[in-house]
Amino acid sequence: MALLASLPGAIAQGLVWGIMAIGVYLTYKILDVADLTVDGTLCTGACVAAVMILSGVHPLIAVLCAALAGAIAGIVTGLLHVALGIPAILSGILTQMALWSVNLLILGGKSNVGLSVRTSHILLSLSDIPSALLVLALFCAVLIALLYLFFGTEFGAAIRATGSNPVMSRAQGINTDLCKIVGISLSNGIVALAGALLAQYQGFADVNMGRGAVVIGLAAVVIGSALVRRLPQNFALSLAGVLAGAIVYYLVYQVVIFVGFDTNLLKMFSAVVVAVFLGAPYLKNKFFRKKTSAKTGKGGGT
Amino acid sequence: MMLELQHLTKIFNAGTVDEKIALNDLCLTVAEGEFVTVIGGNGAGKSTMQNAICGSFRPDSGRILLDGEDITALPEHKRAKYLGRVYQDPMTGTAAGMQIEENLALAARRGKPRTLRPGIRREEREEYRKLLAELGLGLETRLSAKVGTLSGGQRQALTLLMATLEKPKLLLLDEHTAALDPKTAAKVMQITEKIVREHRLTTLMITHNMRDAIRYGDRLIMLHEGKVILDIRGEEKNRLTVPDLLALFTKASGDEFVSDRAVLS
Repeated sequence: MALLASLPGAIAQGLVWGIMAIGVYLTYKILDVADLTVDGTLCTGACVAAVMILSGVHPLIAVLCAALAGAIAGIVTGLLHVALGIPAILSGILTQMALWSVNLLILGGKSNVGLSVRTSHILLSLSDIPSALLVLALFCAVLIALLYLFFGTEFGAAIRATGSNPVMSRAQGINTDLCKIVGISLSNGIVALAGALLAQYQGFADVNMGRGAVVIGLAAVVIGSALVRRLPQNFALSLAGVLAGAIVYYLVYQVVIFVGFDTNLLKMFSAVVVAVFLGAPYLKNKFFRKKTSAKTGKGGGT
Repeated sequence: MMLELQHLTKIFNAGTVDEKIALNDLCLTVAEGEFVTVIGGNGAGKSTMQNAICGSFRPDSGRILLDGEDITALPEHKRAKYLGRVYQDPMTGTAAGMQIEENLALAARRGKPRTLRPGIRREEREEYRKLLAELGLGLETRLSAKVGTLSGGQRQALTLLMATLEKPKLLLLDEHTAALDPKTAAKVMQITEKIVREHRLTTLMITHNMRDAIRYGDRLIMLHEGKVILDIRGEEKNRLTVPDLLALFTKASGDEFVSDRAVLS
């Protein structure tokens, strides 16, 4: 019963982190960049939203401002990478590091700020999970619709091309530097938006809350792509798959806690899950290559 | 003149033991509508010349003029609107993770601002279907297939179509049939010839295949150590044979022709 009762909460948490994972999907899958800024921007989003809500700003405006703050952090990472030639992964780590200080500044030097339904007007809270689920579902639907439309535009297609083949993209006159910056910025904006929702859902913003976020995001992405692999290829469906992946992740998480797994080991558990999912295709390719290469050998030529 | 290369010099790894003079005061002018084949041994500077035109790097000295405009300092993606490119590796010219029609739509917008308008319109699809049908490779029924599922020859033919969808001022072909089997290579060469003649494209085609270099194009140039050492056109080119070419090379360079692939083919 306790397990069943915890499931709606797990789904809500899955949706919040699913939004975050969609941000990770944009960089990792579409832009082909491993961006570690997100650990910092999740927290930035939470801090900005919490502080603004506490000072009486409408929570929806606070959420949008949080997303904007994340997008700016993403631009910083993008510029470090593109303008200064720093490898993407290191650019992300540098921004993430700087954001730690920024986040503390936003919280006014405190490491933790509380938000309560009783004292503030917030969009969602774990004290009312059915409404929280409704709010999150709405956010997810709007986000997926907007992303679907955006990546179908000329500029969106240019970003996808940049991730798929930068050499070809430049030969087709695409400004790949600009595409990378916009892509990383968009991703971090979405992650910060998730952070803003998470702060309201859990009732606080904490300077430590983003740690390991990228691993959870990746877990959702890899589980999600496994879930939709056999379905028709469609961008909106892939994004929905990422949401589903995050929900599955948190459902499993609840079960693992329920069976009495030491919660101190959960982060290690997450890392192992991601490593297995990311490593499996490589090993599969390595050990079953004979079969596939024989096939492509025959089918070669025009 | 459509293309003028004026005293281009490029030295890689200058000042180190790996120093390599890739372009050595290279001069070349190509008239509008001219189809030039480019041959030369390994490291003669053929690809370096094309990469300089495309803007992969800045030459150490010299100027590049395209249709009268100095493009020497123009960023790669900005000069792309004037240039069509097909590479040796079939993987390079197309985005594998995107659909055939999406690749074509990207190419159709070369040199135009990328806005928030739809990435592909319905009328375009019909146009692409027609153009793909002309290739004769059965791609016209597979518009929404991922390019990654195509064979090397199909990808090269598609890249050619993409390079010429917006008529380029200059078409650059860098051994674009070298990675294909002979039958496919012949087919892609035939498509190349058709497209170049139809649109009267100014073309630079690098090839390691001497017979192709003689058979196709209006003019043949040979590079050696970053310089043009042979420049043959018109009647003289039509009478040329592979042994002639080898003899001319030895005479002009005082060197044996060093290219394992060229000798074998």
